[in-house]
Amino acid sequence: MTFSVPSPDAIPRPDPSGADAEFWSALRDGELRFERCAACGTLRHPPRPVCAHCGSRATEWVTSAGSGEVWSFTVIHAPTLPAFIDQVPYGAVVVRLDEGVFVVSNLLDCPVDELTVGDRVELVPTRVDDELTLPLFRRA
Amino acid sequence: MRTAAVAGIGQTRFAKNMGRTELDLAVEAIGAACSDAGVEPRTVDGFVSFHVEQVSEVDLVTTLGIDELRYMARTPSGGGGAASILGLAAMAVEHGTAEQVIVFRARNRSKAASYGSDPNQGGRPWAKSGSRLRDFRQWHHPFGVAAPAHEMALIGRRHMGVYGTRAEHFGMQAVAQRFHASRNPDAIMRDPITLDDWYAARPIAEPIRLVDCSLENDGAVALLVTTVERARDLQAGAIPVLGHVQLGAPIHTELSDFFATTAAYGEHDSGAVVAGRRLFGRAGITPADVDVAMVVEPFSLTVPLALEQYGFCGMGEGGPFIESGATRWPDGGLPVNTHGGSNGEAFVHGVNHLPEAVRQLRGTAVNQVEGAEVAFACGAITDPSGAVLLGVDR
Ligand SMILES: [Zn+2]
Repeated sequence: MTFSVPSPDAIPRPDPSGADAEFWSALRDGELRFERCAACGTLRHPPRPVCAHCGSRATEWVTSAGSGEVWSFTVIHAPTLPAFIDQVPYGAVVVRLDEGVFVVSNLLDCPVDELTVGDRVELVPTRVDDELTLPLFRRA
Repeated sequence: MRTAAVAGIGQTRFAKNMGRTELDLAVEAIGAACSDAGVEPRTVDGFVSFHVEQVSEVDLVTTLGIDELRYMARTPSGGGGAASILGLAAMAVEHGTAEQVIVFRARNRSKAASYGSDPNQGGRPWAKSGSRLRDFRQWHHPFGVAAPAHEMALIGRRHMGVYGTRAEHFGMQAVAQRFHASRNPDAIMRDPITLDDWYAARPIAEPIRLVDCSLENDGAVALLVTTVERARDLQAGAIPVLGHVQLGAPIHTELSDFFATTAAYGEHDSGAVVAGRRLFGRAGITPADVDVAMVVEPFSLTVPLALEQYGFCGMGEGGPFIESGATRWPDGGLPVNTHGGSNGEAFVHGVNHLPEAVRQLRGTAVNQVEGAEVAFACGAITDPSGAVLLGVDR
């Protein structure tokens, strides 16, 4: 069971604005970036207008090293979104990046039934088309 | 401050494809709750429901001929709000804002039937979100994570990874509830299942199997809340509200936040751990005093998570707690969802769990917990939610 990204015409895709657009734009350049509070250094994801830790609105972007661990995983069967129905069952994961933020993703090269919580993974920016690159992962 | 009480309960039949509007269903359930108490629907002066409720207060005022509506409130979120709506009604009564408040939820969820274009009417909201994602869905849908089952599966698997909980533990709760439902004439699913049936059931999103899932059906439920003094004068008597809390915990539809917030459950206070302490502290009782619990479960795996966080067992011990038979009527020490719950009786966003708590305290439940004096009910633990404690009138 390997995961393949749905075709560009089928995949549900972000249509973001503001800080969300910066997140997806960075991925087109192959980088996974998160908002970081410029005052206290706390990372946050998804993007937010203020730091929940210290209240500062001063924000910078930081590029993730792309290493993390499998926080959780599942194998998805029908029903699911039309774009994914052809490849059920497929795996989905939650990855905790070493910087401390969490993302929902898929693993490119690993049957999820071989996974355990805590497995090390690394980022593979995966291009769908000119508009969309997904932050997918593979086992480290 | 006054004490609130449940004075009436009402519900429609629960079934798939009933072919009736949500307003029609709501009016029937509200009428049933009022006649249970022995009051005229037009004397109702408050309505509380969910933010996704499709029946408007204005429609109810005109349809029922309400004399004077003094209070309207809605709460997030899906099944998370199932107990919170009773808390909001109790609060209005406690403070004298209103005298007779109806708590209700009406759903027409059948896939084929829809009486409006709102994503929350008919079918599955997540399947209607389209291909251009402007909101929180942009963090899940491009990865094929869209249905609540997918999100809950990721939450359940984390629990398994941290605590050693097994998928079968969730299945055992599903089996217990189907047994409860098999004895309940109002339940949609009347055939009991075994753990072997659970193993044989179709996987939806592992560890969730089909029989772990809430049903997709139509129906409505209503309760009438008034003061304990007035309820004593009414024909069905009073079931006092001993306490209520809400908690603004994160939601399964935003998993990055959900896991960031719950990452340290057990290490520092979060979610229902704190809310539960507040609930029991205010009521002056402990979880050990609770005789029967209604735990709203869009999927069976939320039951052990809720029981742990509200303090009915230790963190991480929810699976073994279920395996011990504790949640199964009649022998368990804390029978949970004795009407059959969302996978057995019906799915009305968990609001059908509230009348069952009242029936247990009136002594009229089909699966009656002998001598039940305190009932607990909570909304889905994977949503912003809340909980209530109900007791017998002393
Ligand atoms: Zn900060």
